Amino acid sequence: MAIKLSEAAEKRVEELKAKYPDSRSAVMPALYIAQEELGYVNGDAINWVAEKIGMAPVHVMEVATFYTMYYKKPVGKYHFQVCRTLSCALRGAREITEHLHKRFNLLPGEVSADGKWSYEEVECLGSCGTAPMCEVNDIFFENLTPEKLEAIIERIDKENPDLRFSSVKDKLGEGLKGQTKSEII
Amino acid sequence: MGEHRKILLANIDKEDQHTLSGYESRGGYKSIRKALGMDPLAVVDEVKKSGLRGRGGAGFPTGTKWSFVPRNGAKPVYIVNNADESEPGTFKDRLLMERDPHQCIEGMLICAWAVQSNWSCIYIRGEYGYPYDRLNQAIKECYAKGYLGDNIFGSGFKHDIVVHRGAGAYICGEETALLESLEGAKGQPRLKPPFYPAAIGLYDCPTVVNNVETLAACVWIMEHGGEAYAAIGTPKSTGTKLISASGHINKPGVYEVEMGYPVLRFIEEECGGIWKGRKLKAIMPGGSSFPVLRADELEGVTIDYDSLSKAGSHVGSGGFMVMDDSTDMVQAACNVAHFYAHESCGQCTPCREGGHWIEKIFNRVSKGEGLPGDVELVESVCNQIAGHTICAFGEALAWPAQSFIRKFPEEFKERIKASVKGSPLRVLPMNFEYQGAH
Repeated sequence: MAIKLSEAAEKRVEELKAKYPDSRSAVMPALYIAQEELGYVNGDAINWVAEKIGMAPVHVMEVATFYTMYYKKPVGKYHFQVCRTLSCALRGAREITEHLHKRFNLLPGEVSADGKWSYEEVECLGSCGTAPMCEVNDIFFENLTPEKLEAIIERIDKENPDLRFSSVKDKLGEGLKGQTKSEII
Repeated sequence: MGEHRKILLANIDKEDQHTLSGYESRGGYKSIRKALGMDPLAVVDEVKKSGLRGRGGAGFPTGTKWSFVPRNGAKPVYIVNNADESEPGTFKDRLLMERDPHQCIEGMLICAWAVQSNWSCIYIRGEYGYPYDRLNQAIKECYAKGYLGDNIFGSGFKHDIVVHRGAGAYICGEETALLESLEGAKGQPRLKPPFYPAAIGLYDCPTVVNNVETLAACVWIMEHGGEAYAAIGTPKSTGTKLISASGHINKPGVYEVEMGYPVLRFIEEECGGIWKGRKLKAIMPGGSSFPVLRADELEGVTIDYDSLSKAGSHVGSGGFMVMDDSTDMVQAACNVAHFYAHESCGQCTPCREGGHWIEKIFNRVSKGEGLPGDVELVESVCNQIAGHTICAFGEALAWPAQSFIRKFPEEFKERIKASVKGSPLRVLPMNFEYQGAH
């Protein structure tokens, strides 16, 4: 028996199912919705999605484990993803990761004791012209230096902004004011 | 030839271009109105005449792809706008979606009319939150104005668009992996045949999968005609190409160049030259899936399918990455190898296993633990991968790895020689290394 998520979540999944030629297509957005409510994709999330979409839980599990953006264990409230791929590496991604490593005293994938911070290195995020960069939850921070990154961390710590993309609301969070936009060109 | 030409980026810097009113004030949605007054097959012909080739990386002729779609078949026809832009060094589609989302939508509508499709999807990579918002907003405006829905532009033609977020898998940019993903499965490429999703695609229905830039170019083509587009660029590489320039240059960014534009001039003028007064060492002109080119190989090379292929690389996605003379090519090779080892979908053994072997070998050479014969070993592993996998990821993994050792053999050999002597060469690592951790 699957758990119950919020009414908004249930409603959103039904909406999504109707948008595709076949409701199976809604499995990915449904996983996002479950992750949003539960913090990560655990067995409850898998069962919930399986029941909503009408799919075998093992199939949903297969999908959830294939894609990196579904977290199989909890991440920090603010999860930093530093691009490590060539263009960013050429322009100093190393210093960005090093800063997070020292600042939080964590290894990639570990979460701080207060549950607020975590980070990992990821592959190309399509922000090569504004390298090095780092995505915090769902918002890009570009043209970084360790100093700029530290200023961003301090602001996040103080202001607790909403940096997440909400699949239930179908909308990106407010962000740190003026930072949701890309800085390309 | 080789002049500046703004087709896709003509209005990209206009403040309100992302809004429907802004887009229409600059002539937006004229092309689709024109197309709706034409026979759908005539629209396909126009795109064929333009010589437009797929801008996602493969360079397949767009009009030809559209003509594969069966007419008046029993099954519905679908369109997928491939916005899974994940090729390292590529960020052009993101710019189009953020700044000119209506151009992307109009391109899709032209395609929809041409192949008589009532449903399409934009498969956007999951990390693109902001471009998603912009597209979603634009689509809402279109529905409100009757530009999308049951009776678009009052023509009686029905079309719906859904934006679908990926979830961080590079392989989903491969069109059949994308379709698997969109069907709610893990994104593993399909066995060929069938060769073209245009015949059997999403849910076994005819499906046109095109890149964002490709579809956006159709807007200009419809307005000015296929011949006018074909007159731009070179005979075999028509039109303009968006180049995402990054790496060791003074002015990284997205630039639109006419096909046939000289590579060295592009680096000097558009990119503002090499940063910190250094010299050019190498470029990867088409993303990291095609071979690296040394500076001395670039004389006379131009940005178009023929010239870059002749030089040994490819236009690819236009992910143009530049490396200066301080770049350690062994580490650059490690970095690229890590990407492919990480992103293999795991379906075919040569790719799943071989990717990690190449990364391991490059890593040990880089760390001063290389063994004699390592260079030859990479060659041999690459030869076992390329051509032995279901999709082109095998080549995308093998070719660049081979190109690094073939073009910069002395850097690899020196490193190995020093390791064998017991005095490994120390260099500042390109990526951060955790002490005592994996």
